[in-house]
Amino acid sequence: MISLEQIHRDFQVGDQVVHALDDINLDISAGEYVSIMGPSGSGKSTLLNLIGLLDRATAGHYLLNGEDVTTLSDVEQAATRNRRIGFVFQSFHLVPRLSAAGNVELPLILAGMPAAERKARVAQTLQALNLTDRAHHKPDQLSGGQRQRVAIARATVTEPAVVLADEPTGNLDHKSGGDVINILESLNQRGITLMVVTHDAEIGDRATRRIKMRDGRIESDTQADADR
Amino acid sequence: MLMRDFLTLTGSSLIAHRMRSFLTTLGIAVGIAAVMLLTSIGEGIHQFVLAEFTQFGTTIVSVSPGRTTTHGGSTGMFGTVRPLTIEDAEALKRLPYARAVVPVVQGNAEVEAGNRRRRTNVYGVGAQMPEAFRMDISSGRFLPADDPTAPRAFAVLGSQLREELFGSRNPLGQRIGIGGNRYRIIGVMASKGTVLGFDLDDTVYIPAARALELFNRESLFEIDVMYEEGVSADRVVAGIKKTLMARHGREDFTITTQEQMLDVLGSILNILTVAVGAIGGISLLVGAIGIVTIMTIAVNERTNEIGLLRAIGARRGQVLGLFLGEAVVLAAAGGLAGLILGVGTAQLLHLLLPALPVHTPWLFVFVAEAVAVVIGLAAGVLPARRAAGLDPVEALRAE
Repeated sequence: MISLEQIHRDFQVGDQVVHALDDINLDISAGEYVSIMGPSGSGKSTLLNLIGLLDRATAGHYLLNGEDVTTLSDVEQAATRNRRIGFVFQSFHLVPRLSAAGNVELPLILAGMPAAERKARVAQTLQALNLTDRAHHKPDQLSGGQRQRVAIARATVTEPAVVLADEPTGNLDHKSGGDVINILESLNQRGITLMVVTHDAEIGDRATRRIKMRDGRIESDTQADADR
Repeated sequence: MLMRDFLTLTGSSLIAHRMRSFLTTLGIAVGIAAVMLLTSIGEGIHQFVLAEFTQFGTTIVSVSPGRTTTHGGSTGMFGTVRPLTIEDAEALKRLPYARAVVPVVQGNAEVEAGNRRRRTNVYGVGAQMPEAFRMDISSGRFLPADDPTAPRAFAVLGSQLREELFGSRNPLGQRIGIGGNRYRIIGVMASKGTVLGFDLDDTVYIPAARALELFNRESLFEIDVMYEEGVSADRVVAGIKKTLMARHGREDFTITTQEQMLDVLGSILNILTVAVGAIGGISLLVGAIGIVTIMTIAVNERTNEIGLLRAIGARRGQVLGLFLGEAVVLAAAGGLAGLILGVGTAQLLHLLLPALPVHTPWLFVFVAEAVAVVIGLAAGVLPARRAAGLDPVEALRAE
C-alpha cells in the first residue's frame, strides 16, 4: 500500500546539502507493523514525515494505494492526511485550550463533518481508549499517558489506513509507554498499518518488520519470525 | 469546515487569552469611538448650519441688482445698473410657479412710540413675506396686499421691538413714528430669534415702497422669489432672467438660488466632517497596529498548533482563515464596542451641552463597522499568511 521508489530528500543547511534521505526504496503492505530505528540524524523522522505527506521528496516517487501522491496539490495532500493518515507525536501536540473531546474532534471539524455525527464518532473513539470519563478535561489536567491516548484517539477518529507514530513513548514513563504501545499494537491487530519511529530497541523489536537506518539509507530491513 | 465550527474555534482561542483579546479590542474600540464622536459632532454642526440656512425654505431664489461678474474696459454708460424696482417684483409675481415674491429693502431708523424711542432695523417688504420666509404672526395680521406702489402706512413689529416699545400693553392699533413718518401697527410677528447674526425680532416691517421713500433709495436690496416645490431651480432662474431681461434690456442683475448656496455650504461642511473623522482615524490606525502585534505574537506562540492542524489535514487556506477570522472578530467586536462608546459619548455630550449639536447618521454606523472589519482583515493578513505559509514539519518541531 505504501511504495517508495528512489526517494531522495535533500536539505540545504548553510551552503551544504544534507542528504536526509538517500535513494530509499521501500514497500509496505496494508496491515504491517513496522518499526524504524536508527541514531538521531539517520533520517527516520524525515522518512515518517514524507510517508505522512508532511514533507515532499526532492526526487523519486511515492505511491499510496497505487496512486502517485508525490505530485498532489497542497489541498489534495491535506485531504489525504485528514482521511488516510493518523499521526502520533512524541510531545502529544494537543491544543491546550480544547478539552480532550475537543482535540479528538478537530480532524472531523476540519473535514466539515456535521456536529451530530462527530459527537457519536468522538464518544465511540474515546470509549475505545478508556477516556470517556476524561472527555471534558483540558490537556493540562491529564497525565502524560492519558494525553498520548487522547492523541491516539485523535489520530484514529477518522479511521485512517495508516498510523504513524514518531517516538510515541519518548516523553512517557516506562509503564505508560508500555500502555501506549499496547494500544497502538491493538490498532494494528484491527488491520491498521502501523509505523513506529523509535530509538528504543525494546520497543522496536516488538514490530514484525524492523527497519534500521543510517545516514539517510536503509541499513537493514528484517522480518521478525512469525512468532505472533 | 462548517461556519459554526469555524466561529467556535476562533472564539476559543480569543477566550483563552481574554485579557489581551480585550485590550486589543479596546484599541479598536477607542479608535472607532473617536471617529464616531468626532463625525457625530461634525455632522451635527453640518445639520445645524444647514437648518439655520433653510429655515426660510429651500425653494427661494433671490435677485439682486448689478452683475457680480467682472467686465473688461470702461463701464461708462453701458455699465449703469438699472435699479430693481417694485414694478420688477410685480412682474415676477406673474411667473407661473412663483408662489410668493417679496421685495426687500433694509435700513436703520429711529422708531418712536409715545415717549419711547429706539434705533432699530427697518425692513421694507411685501405682503407675501410670512409665506415666503415661513414666519408666523403672533397677533394681528401682516401687511395687507395694497397697491404695491402706494401702500397704506401700516407697520408690523418684531417680537422684541414690541416688548421694548410697549412692554405688556397691546400695541395693535397704536401709532408709531418711523423716521418721522407715522405708521399704524396692525400686527406683531412671532419670535424668530437671531439667524446667523441677524436679529429678526428687534425689527419693524413696513411696505417696501414706503421704505424706499424713507431711505431715499431707487433700488430694492433684493427680490426674493419663492417657487413651488418640485419645480427645478433652473427653470425658475430662466423664467426670472427672461422677465427681467425684457424689462431691463440686458442682464444687470444677479440671481442666487438657495440650492447653489446650500451646495457650497454643504461641501464645506462635509470637508469639515471628513477632516475631524480623519483625526479620529489616527487612533484607529493605532488600534490596527495593536491587532497586527497581537496576531503576530499569536502565530509565534501557536506554531506547534499550526503544525498539528496541518498534520491532521488542515489546508493552508483553513489556517489562513482561522487566523484572519480571529483578527476580524477582534476588530469587529472592537468596532461594536466603539460604536456604543462613541455614540453614547456624543449623546452624553449633547445632554451636558445642549448647544452642541450632535447627529449620528445610520450610514456612519454601518460604514464604521465595515471599516472595523476591513481593518481586521488588513491587520490579520500578514500574520495569517505567515501562519499558512509555515512548513508543517518545522512548525511541529518548533519549541
